[in-house]
Amino acid sequence: MSIKVGIPKSLFYYQMYPLWNTFFEELGAEVVTSRNTTKKILDDGVRICVDEACVPVKLFHGHVLDIKDKVDFLFIPRLTSISKSEYICPKFGGLPDMIKNTIMGLPEIIDVEINYRKDKNSELASIIKIGRFITNNEMLIRRAYNTALEKFNDYNDKIQKGILPEDEKNRNSNLFVVKDSGIINIAVIGHPYTLYDSYINMNLFKKLRANGVNIITQEMISEEIINHHAAKLNKKVFWNFGRKALGSIMHMIERNDIKGIIYLMSFGCGIDSFIGDLSERMVRRNTDIPFIYVTIDEHSGEAGVDTRLEAFIDMIRWRENNEINISAYG
Amino acid sequence: MKLTFPHMGNTYIPVKAMLDDLGTQYVIPPFNNKKALEMGTKHAPELACLPLKINLGNFLQAHKMGADTVLITGGCGPCRFGYYCEMHREILKDLGIDMNVITLDLPANDYGKLIDNVKKIAGGLNIYKILKTVKNTVEISKMVDELEKLTFKIRPREIQKGMTDKIYKSFLYNVLKINGSKAIKKHIEETRNELLNIETDKTIKPLRVGIVGEIYTTNDPFSNLFIESRLGNEGIEVARPVTISGWIIDHMIKKALHLKGDERNKKAAKPYLGAMIGGHSQETIGNSVLFAKDGYDGIIQIFPLGCMPEIVSESILPSIERDFKIPVMSLIIDEMTGEAGYMTRIEAFIDLLKRRREVDTFEGKGMLSWN
Repeated sequence: MSIKVGIPKSLFYYQMYPLWNTFFEELGAEVVTSRNTTKKILDDGVRICVDEACVPVKLFHGHVLDIKDKVDFLFIPRLTSISKSEYICPKFGGLPDMIKNTIMGLPEIIDVEINYRKDKNSELASIIKIGRFITNNEMLIRRAYNTALEKFNDYNDKIQKGILPEDEKNRNSNLFVVKDSGIINIAVIGHPYTLYDSYINMNLFKKLRANGVNIITQEMISEEIINHHAAKLNKKVFWNFGRKALGSIMHMIERNDIKGIIYLMSFGCGIDSFIGDLSERMVRRNTDIPFIYVTIDEHSGEAGVDTRLEAFIDMIRWRENNEINISAYG
Repeated sequence: MKLTFPHMGNTYIPVKAMLDDLGTQYVIPPFNNKKALEMGTKHAPELACLPLKINLGNFLQAHKMGADTVLITGGCGPCRFGYYCEMHREILKDLGIDMNVITLDLPANDYGKLIDNVKKIAGGLNIYKILKTVKNTVEISKMVDELEKLTFKIRPREIQKGMTDKIYKSFLYNVLKINGSKAIKKHIEETRNELLNIETDKTIKPLRVGIVGEIYTTNDPFSNLFIESRLGNEGIEVARPVTISGWIIDHMIKKALHLKGDERNKKAAKPYLGAMIGGHSQETIGNSVLFAKDGYDGIIQIFPLGCMPEIVSESILPSIERDFKIPVMSLIIDEMTGEAGYMTRIEAFIDLLKRRREVDTFEGKGMLSWN
């Protein structure tokens, strides 16, 4: 029987699952991911996690509870940094410790630190450390990692072409064209783990697409463009997500086919509180592109979100039809 | 140019001494107050952490007093503090307030900007003068922290209640009227002697509580609703290892010179928190373990709502509570914190600690568990 490695379907999963899934499978392990988020998973997570954490972290606890009894290893890497001289949220760095000290009866956790902040070469070293949990064959680990990287790059290419992760699984979620008013481009800025988890964002993408919206996320903008714009900032943003979000918003302000910007924020997220505010100021100062925050937490009142989204899209369409006489501050 | 800087507990004393010595013009904003917090809350993003809001209020109040330049330190993350300077700059810009923000940042490679900023503040680049000032500033911040530590020891033991607070408070106000590091040092020394002359009861063995958590809210009495003096007056000796002088020495000077800081709490934190994750999380965990091993009666963790590193510590602290059988309470502070509710929790915690000690003395150790 092969070794079972559990990967909770939350946080880094959405950014990196092609990498890790392929990597562990190539090593001969069986990858068990938790189910898609359900109300039960969210409730379990909320109950066990500290109150102050943001909803994605609570959700992560729920996903761990969902698979912890079914696997031999839980894969919760300590993600301190995934790019040079940048960090992720401190909660990612402390995630294995949070889980270990909150949830009882866990299987062994693969909690290797991944930190590229100072040295990109530490990449292979951490990968080999992770692989050692499964096999001692270093050659195999290297080969598996290379295959995984190829898959990962494919995945990123696809996202940049506008194919969202959920499209890959069910290919029928196409754009609905609304009669008479065509397709509009709306940018949705948010952490991948809120963007691509359709339960926690209350089917945001589906709702937008049903209204004839073509979605552009910060993941679809190429790294070069983002870096080009982010370099103009007064102080370098030291969060990986922050640089991407601000860089892509600066880019979106310059191109004129973006008709609206939605900032998907999770309540209590420290990075969003700053980056969201800076983005809003940037958009308001330089353009009249409509901008809204959609803040999500565990109190999921779907009707309120629907109303705001509909009003936002209506406003944009009116602006299109009536030569931009409608206020952008709706 | 008229400088101003944010308040954080007693930081204003060493900074004042530094600016006095350099001969820079400056304005010290009024001590942290409700009005400052209100103004900051109004203009800062809703989910920003409390220190940003208070600091913004400081700047707005200082602006009214004629300040036109803000001096603030930077950082390189992942804690939000490192990006405060940009937030302040943008918020002030949108408010139409013409204030320049100077960030003292330890750069990764480009030291030119730092030198430029130092030149601006010091009004020249007289290395000898600057080094001497830095030395004096560090000394004063150490002395102030020592003085504060002394009040922690004397407060629970004083015979005439309120004496420590009276002397210490008047020191905090009077120091504003004194200029130059030399005079300030003298004043600190005098206050120290005054405190040492307070009549104390040497037989008392007070309860001991360790304070851990985020540096701003633990060090700034306004934000933690004067918890140290309240606990002290209830007859409890507090200890707070994270201090401003420690921060200046470890995070600014030693980091700039690539020296190693104090490794004791890192080692103690290791079984619970495997790596540095930013902010003061590692110190919080490490110091909690050290307090527990040292036989303290309880631990209080304080942090502002939404503080990313301290949320991690908060979820780890229950394990320390369990492993060492030491009560831990987390107090989370934001602009909505009501004094009555806050005090009730502290009082209940004190009662619990007192009861635990009584039971311990009569019935042997570990009878009444927190859990």
